[in-house]
Amino acid sequence: MDKRSVYLDHQTTTPVLEEAFQAMVPYFREAYGSPSSLHRFGLQVREGLKEARQKIAQMINAESEEDLIFTSGGTESANLAIKGFADANVRTKGNHIVVSAIEHPAVMNSVEYLSKHGFEVTQVPVDIIGRINPEDVGAAITPKTALVAVHLVNHDIGTIQPVKEIAKITAEKGVALYADAQAAAGWMPIDVRDLGVQLLSFSPHRFYGPKGIGVLYRSRKARVTSHIHGGVQEGGRRAGTENVPAIIGAGVAAEFAVREMDQRVAHVAMLQKRLYDGLWKHVQYIKLNGPVPGPLRICNTLNLSTEFIEGEGQLLLLDYQGIAVASGSSCVSKSLKVSHVLSAIQLDHALAQGNIIMSLGKDNTVEDVDYVVETFAKIVVKLRNMSPMWKEFEEGVIDSVIAPTGRGKSFTQHAADISGKPAH
Amino acid sequence: MKETKEYTLYNDTVMDHFLNPRNMGDVEQADGVGEVGAAACGDIMKISLKIRDGKIEDARFKTFGCGSAIASSSMATELIKGRTLEEAKNFSNQEVVDALGGLPPVKIHCSVLAEEALKAAIEDYEAKQPKVALATA
Repeated sequence: MDKRSVYLDHQTTTPVLEEAFQAMVPYFREAYGSPSSLHRFGLQVREGLKEARQKIAQMINAESEEDLIFTSGGTESANLAIKGFADANVRTKGNHIVVSAIEHPAVMNSVEYLSKHGFEVTQVPVDIIGRINPEDVGAAITPKTALVAVHLVNHDIGTIQPVKEIAKITAEKGVALYADAQAAAGWMPIDVRDLGVQLLSFSPHRFYGPKGIGVLYRSRKARVTSHIHGGVQEGGRRAGTENVPAIIGAGVAAEFAVREMDQRVAHVAMLQKRLYDGLWKHVQYIKLNGPVPGPLRICNTLNLSTEFIEGEGQLLLLDYQGIAVASGSSCVSKSLKVSHVLSAIQLDHALAQGNIIMSLGKDNTVEDVDYVVETFAKIVVKLRNMSPMWKEFEEGVIDSVIAPTGRGKSFTQHAADISGKPAH
Repeated sequence: MKETKEYTLYNDTVMDHFLNPRNMGDVEQADGVGEVGAAACGDIMKISLKIRDGKIEDARFKTFGCGSAIASSSMATELIKGRTLEEAKNFSNQEVVDALGGLPPVKIHCSVLAEEALKAAIEDYEAKQPKVALATA
């Protein structure tokens, strides 16, 4: 019997939509000119490019397609938004940047780079479900603040942020607001004018477009300085020959994302609820990170921590059973550090270790979800039998963080006792 | 990318020891138990031993950790069964790495944890023995 294959990592990337793929094909070998060229090969491409630009601009309700800058991906877009804006505005506005504590590494590390080059950074904390309090952002703004950078949806725990409320505060204080929409685009409606943001970035491979293409929306009020130097493509803000096939595919993906938004969201939210209900019914000592499925959570992800077992083992056993998921556990990261998002929501170390991220897509089915629930429950039993923590919990040596019995010491204390050092 | 190839994070030996761990569990009425934690990543490993006539008769493990930590403890218990205590005291994590056909550089510390758990179990055993060494000194 063939193993069922279930892809539950749509927050990392998605397959390219058939229609998007077909639209891209002619741009590899027929319409292969560079849009900068003045001959018919180049001119032929400009039309398709403009159309794709318009579709993507419509997806976020930008004033004009001229407000979009195409880059190589979400990471480059975030780098350009932060470093490009900081460079262009440091003299007139100041050298202070406000970010939340749970931004994507593309944002975090761009800001960290600036902090080594004369900028000051204030990190705004989040609550235990990962929500930014707009008042905290307001309080962090100083007369020298040039930019506030927050995300629309958290990439790890799916929290939807109050960006519109934050925008009211930044507008009042005359500070520009950049929103990273990487985890949101395609899975919730985005309207840059309604939100009131001056910069917004995302990448179409998160909603069935191709990889290798990122978008930065920039309102005409926000100046950015180019960080890729060369020719005058993208209005002089991003040099280099455009990745034409990818932009064409992104346009089609954006068009479908708008057209199918309601049905995709309804389908995926139904699966999310079914997955959540199923897992919590069949697995004990499991915790949801981020808000419960509903208005504060993006419709397609669950981030869960299963106690007494570690995340990479869960990921590998799920993969062995055909199910692809992600994890924020330290064992999975190359740095051996737990995801900074899980640290920021003050998740107990023991729970951060057992972290798994499941993100659904439009092509997942009810049968997929039921298979995942059934398989996950078996895997948890297998790994708990292998884990010294489970038996020590049953014997009352250590206690559960999720449902404390009042017997035994904490996992963190136990780990510190036997390793001689605190577990983090 | 080939359709027929099985893509796995670790090599076949590591995957085999992760999916079908040897000696998983606890030795009943163990003579020595070692439980150690890795400060770096948070993994925890426990090895219990049955010792007869200065030899490791049985070794079992339990691990809270990633695939390579589980595979390392499985392999370590396989390797040390039948060894004398003196031999076991000289056990090195490199033996585990070699027997597993290599581990990714970032996962070498998993094999170190297996060595430490084994040595902690031997220390536990020796601490429980009557202090004859002092008398003969």
